[in-house]
Amino acid sequence: MSDILVSEQSAPGSGGSGRPSGRLLEVDDLRVEFRTRDGVAKVINGVTYHVDAGETLAVLGESGSGKSVTAQTIMGILDTPPGFVTGGQVRFHGKDMLRMSGEERRRIRGEGIAMIFQDALSALNPVFTVGFQIAEQFRVRRGLGRAEAKKRAIEMLDQVKIPNAKSRFNNYPHQFSGGMRQRAMIAMSLALDPEVLIADEPTTALDVTVQAQIMDLLAELQRERQMGMILITHDLGVVADVADRIAVMYAGRIVEEADVYDLYAKPAHPYTMGLIDSIPRLDEKGQQLRTIKGLPPNLMNIPPGCPFNPRCPMVQPVCREKVPPLLQVGTARASACHFAEELVNRD
Amino acid sequence: MTENILEVRDLVKHYPVTQGVVFKKTVGQVKAVDGVSFGLRAGETLGVVGESGCGKSTLARVLMNLEKPTAGNVVYKGQDISKLSGGALRRLRRQIQLVMQDPYTSLNPRMTVGDLIGEPFEIHPEVAPKGSRRAKVRELLDLVGLNPEHINRYPHQFSGGQRQRIGIARALALRPEVIVCDEPVSALDVSIQAQVMNLLEQLQAEFGLSYIFIAHDLSVVRHLSDRVAVMYLGKIVEIGTEDEIYERPTHPYTQALLSAVPVPDPTQRHHKTIIRLSGDVPSPISPPSGCRFRTRCWKAQDVCAEKVPLLEVRQGSDHPSACHFAEKREIVATHEV
Repeated sequence: MSDILVSEQSAPGSGGSGRPSGRLLEVDDLRVEFRTRDGVAKVINGVTYHVDAGETLAVLGESGSGKSVTAQTIMGILDTPPGFVTGGQVRFHGKDMLRMSGEERRRIRGEGIAMIFQDALSALNPVFTVGFQIAEQFRVRRGLGRAEAKKRAIEMLDQVKIPNAKSRFNNYPHQFSGGMRQRAMIAMSLALDPEVLIADEPTTALDVTVQAQIMDLLAELQRERQMGMILITHDLGVVADVADRIAVMYAGRIVEEADVYDLYAKPAHPYTMGLIDSIPRLDEKGQQLRTIKGLPPNLMNIPPGCPFNPRCPMVQPVCREKVPPLLQVGTARASACHFAEELVNRD
Repeated sequence: MTENILEVRDLVKHYPVTQGVVFKKTVGQVKAVDGVSFGLRAGETLGVVGESGCGKSTLARVLMNLEKPTAGNVVYKGQDISKLSGGALRRLRRQIQLVMQDPYTSLNPRMTVGDLIGEPFEIHPEVAPKGSRRAKVRELLDLVGLNPEHINRYPHQFSGGQRQRIGIARALALRPEVIVCDEPVSALDVSIQAQVMNLLEQLQAEFGLSYIFIAHDLSVVRHLSDRVAVMYLGKIVEIGTEDEIYERPTHPYTQALLSAVPVPDPTQRHHKTIIRLSGDVPSPISPPSGCRFRTRCWKAQDVCAEKVPLLEVRQGSDHPSACHFAEKREIVATHEV
């Protein structure tokens, strides 16, 4: 958690050194664009992050920041076309997955890296029972027989605390409540005991009381299995509860990466500052909500210089000309702002 | 602040559950809203919170008279809304307007912004004579923070936050006294959400509007509301001022709900206890007898299954709470900012 990979975001292609560094999963200077009829949208512009066993990295960002596309690229489920990877690497145990054969990648999916999605109802197949969908993995990937696979699937349902797992095995997804479906999807993704779990907005569609249950469950399972977890979310509250490290994304770049305590105590990027100031808090009254003026940039036409400059309250001429690289500030954090030092050293 | 501008008395909305295609028979009732009463004072914001399926959106539809209530009434300045029809209803609708959740589907994609915001004037020509309509629309656009030059654009040319502003401009067009906001900011990104919330507050101060603010996000509701009603399975379980609900909640459901809200402060991680509710919300077709929350409540006793707890002030609570064992418990450590 102490060292942070620092990439020169301003210089395309400078990353991707290909050196294995003993990390579990690394995204290195990843670039993705969407080629559409209206033009090319640069969705990911040099994203670098890593996750190690047993830690939770939260990727925080608003819609269009590229947080989900990064995850889709890691999983190899990016829709091509329109999405194309134009640079960078995704290394799992030091091996670049983007250069692997389909067969090799398939072996990593599920066993190496698994993913859960926001909307469990559309992620589950409506015409098969929940039990069948979990058991299927044991049969196809582990070569187990029908009865044994069923037994293992019921164990999985038990582990995610679905009551009456045995009778629930034969239920279809629509017979489950929202929270139960999310549990079933977690059971499915963990069936092959992955080393990394990517959770893409796992609780966004759920009510608060259910959200608390699901986040608890995820934290518990992660601890037991020592998984690395990438939690993709826009919710600053959820992140504060579970993350070890946070990477904040804006317009396809990481603008700040820090330990969770540092980030909330003293954000080192004006965008992070703006986000934290603009959320209403349950435990505060009489607060004035400060806003981030303007809108996120159009990804087909990202402003020159720092992509946040049109909305930044402390913008200077240099911000309109030079893209600030993600550089280390202090000991264990990085920020892509020309004035990061000043922000961190303020009182 | 004492005069109630809108009063809801014992409001009930049931939807029939039918079976069969040719010979339909009713086999049950979805009790979406089941006996809800409250008053809305002039110039205040009443927040309505609850989880999905608790009936808060049905409540909005009945308040707007988009649905007829099964029983009970909605009284606006002494007039029972649900009994009105035709011209009288149309006149009354001027006074109560709705802002909807989804700015992507609530605007007709084939109409320009000018037509969308000007449409209310077609129905109520007395508000703005034909010649002055464009000018009025420009004024409204400016009021909600949009560029009046964009009057000829279509909804798809705007972002989510801007579309919600269009929705708000439309609701404001007829200068209503009450605006029902049904999850107006839940589809928006955090940085945009704050902009829209500030706009709603600013408009309230400017025009003395009363809001009924329906949302599932308890932090948003706290920020905007003067009083708050908490709903569970079609009933209000607790109602009170913002302080009463957030600092001195007495209903177990409110307490559990508040405890589950994540606070954006990692230093509080190990200092708070989440009250974990077991199971799911029961079906509104056959809600539990007595107190509807008893199946998930840690305080439940025999009496809870037998007697429906009334929403009233009782010992242990300084505001109405529908629990036989209402008791104050601090959940959120509030500090003034």
